[in-house]
Amino acid sequence: MPASTLARGVRRIGAGTIRAVSRAGFATRFFLLVLRHSPSAFHRLQLTAREIYFAGVLSLVVIMVSGLFVGMVLGLQGYDALNKYGAGDSLGIFVGLSLVRELGPVVAGLLFASRAGSAITAEIGLMKTTEQLSAMEMMAVDPLARIVAPRFWGGVISMPLLAALFSVMGVFGAYLVGVRLIGVDNGTFWGNMQAGIGFWPDVTNGIIKSLVFGIAVSLIAVFEGYDANPTAEGVSAATTRTVVGGSLAILALDFVLTVFMFRGLGSG
Amino acid sequence: MNKATIDLWVGIFVTIGLGAIVFLALKVGNLTSIETKPTYRLDASFDNIGGLKLRAPVKAAGVIVGRVESVKLDNKTYEAVVSLRMDNGYQFSKDTIASILTSGLLGEVYIGLEAGGDPVMLADGGRISKTQSAVVLEKLIGQFLFDKASSGSAK
Amino acid sequence: MTDVTFGYDRRRPVLRGINMAIPRGKVVAIMGGSGCGKTTMLRLIGGQLRQQTGKVLVDGQSVKDLSRDGLYALRRRVGMLFQFGALFTDMTVYENVAFPMREHTDLDDALIRDLVLMKLNAVGLRGAAQLRPAELSGGMARRVALARAIALDPMLVMYDEPFAGLDPISLGVVGQLIRTLNDALGITSVVVTHDVYESLKMVDYLYFVSEGRIISQGTPEEVRNSTDPFVRQFVDGQPDGPVPFHYPARPYAEELAVRAR
Repeated sequence: MPASTLARGVRRIGAGTIRAVSRAGFATRFFLLVLRHSPSAFHRLQLTAREIYFAGVLSLVVIMVSGLFVGMVLGLQGYDALNKYGAGDSLGIFVGLSLVRELGPVVAGLLFASRAGSAITAEIGLMKTTEQLSAMEMMAVDPLARIVAPRFWGGVISMPLLAALFSVMGVFGAYLVGVRLIGVDNGTFWGNMQAGIGFWPDVTNGIIKSLVFGIAVSLIAVFEGYDANPTAEGVSAATTRTVVGGSLAILALDFVLTVFMFRGLGSG
Repeated sequence: MNKATIDLWVGIFVTIGLGAIVFLALKVGNLTSIETKPTYRLDASFDNIGGLKLRAPVKAAGVIVGRVESVKLDNKTYEAVVSLRMDNGYQFSKDTIASILTSGLLGEVYIGLEAGGDPVMLADGGRISKTQSAVVLEKLIGQFLFDKASSGSAK
Repeated sequence: MTDVTFGYDRRRPVLRGINMAIPRGKVVAIMGGSGCGKTTMLRLIGGQLRQQTGKVLVDGQSVKDLSRDGLYALRRRVGMLFQFGALFTDMTVYENVAFPMREHTDLDDALIRDLVLMKLNAVGLRGAAQLRPAELSGGMARRVALARAIALDPMLVMYDEPFAGLDPISLGVVGQLIRTLNDALGITSVVVTHDVYESLKMVDYLYFVSEGRIISQGTPEEVRNSTDPFVRQFVDGQPDGPVPFHYPARPYAEELAVRAR
């Protein structure tokens, strides 16, 4: 390979890295600014409530239906696998743990990133493109306080609720399949589940996870919208980055959190 | 899409969301179990606890009366000291026997309590003196082979 | 503005050595071709951008040196009409005009209602109060944005291309409104535009900007009679002159010869 191409390639990587790092720095500063302007989002509760509606309520159908289907599949596949070891009665605890610890927060988070996250990014990006954010600034109203912070908190508040609803629908789906369809004993299903899942650590860790995911996805969504190139392509690229970035962040954080939370179990 | 409708839906959303969390806590988890009732502590020492885990159940006559709270190694006697969180509603005599048992062949490990006849009951912080350690499979096999060998050589 | 130099990229200044004075109570137009830095000037006045050299003074205060609170106080006294309106699309016309009042004053709803209707009446759109921006024509949206810009009775109003994309009737309306509001409310107006005809009808003074410098300035009379080739090209609408028709390229014959091979 000629030296000039190599040099050019290295320069591109260097420039790209510098750009990525400075963007990360900007993102951090942005996050702190959003936090600083958050109190006003709660003074004007109406604004945040509106965003909870758009982020949370409008995601309800997707989340609950997906939860139901995931639960049903878990029930089918789970029973099939467990039955091989004569552990069919453990279906309840298997499904319960899978949902509460992992699938609830993670899948609900991924769905949230795609549905609500992209909507938030598109909305803010569009407001930037049509100069609405500029106009607000010139009217001495900080768009971070009025537009960004309420959307951020709307997402953070909605996520744990959505994850819990996902898990509940999942358990219900598994119940339908396991108890009604396959014939696992009703009492055994619930009894084993209750015996094996504790509020602490399982349910609470699930809630903590969904909160962390909510913060990550909401932050990425509002940041990408705010930072978007004020053109049609720019907004489209920003929404893509939200969905991809948000999903990857969820999966990566899930790994880190799982290691910390559930490291102790299974051993003495 | 006016204010009132939005407020209504947000209210519904938050309510069912919190309800879902409560449901998970109660029906799926086991929040309503012993943790919320008044409890007292008992200690017991074992030579070997085998596969006993934290939060394993403590049963008497098959009924859960408590949970394993902590497991420590006594540095002087090199015995395992297990703390049991017992439900206040159940009292046990001083000569109760605590054994480490397995439910079924491959089931979970738990502590079984057999009450004795002593009129004096154990109080908070009391110690169960009679204990039976877990059956460790390797030792059992070793024992079996040893017995076999010694009975063989004795012949 | 005194000797202002500004560039988004330090190496390529958009504005070079600008000297401009806008007297109180007058309507001043800043004219020039697209992309010559006109909107940038408005942003410098409004404090959204900071100049590299020189001073930008509004009502005696240097904009660059204002604290955050000072800047916000300044912006409450300045109204801005953005290109194409920049109305908030999730609110009605009424709520758009009421926005600055609700954000910056403690007036009760009844009083705000009267004020909003008054402003809308001034631009002739009192009947459209309940419509949404998406339902408005370009001209109407521009007028609503005007009403919003004067909502708090500012001392200075800046107009960014107020005539862009309007039909002849709307052009006349907007031009008239800028003039009448300026005189009636005693405000100062800065209009950035490239619409020569409308500007000459109603402004007190004009500045011509090209490639970051002020090429020419004068009253409408002076401009109409100007002999400066740039001003003439602009006023007469000539396709070629000091602002060239052809984007810089190699000689035509040379390029054709290359392709023919």
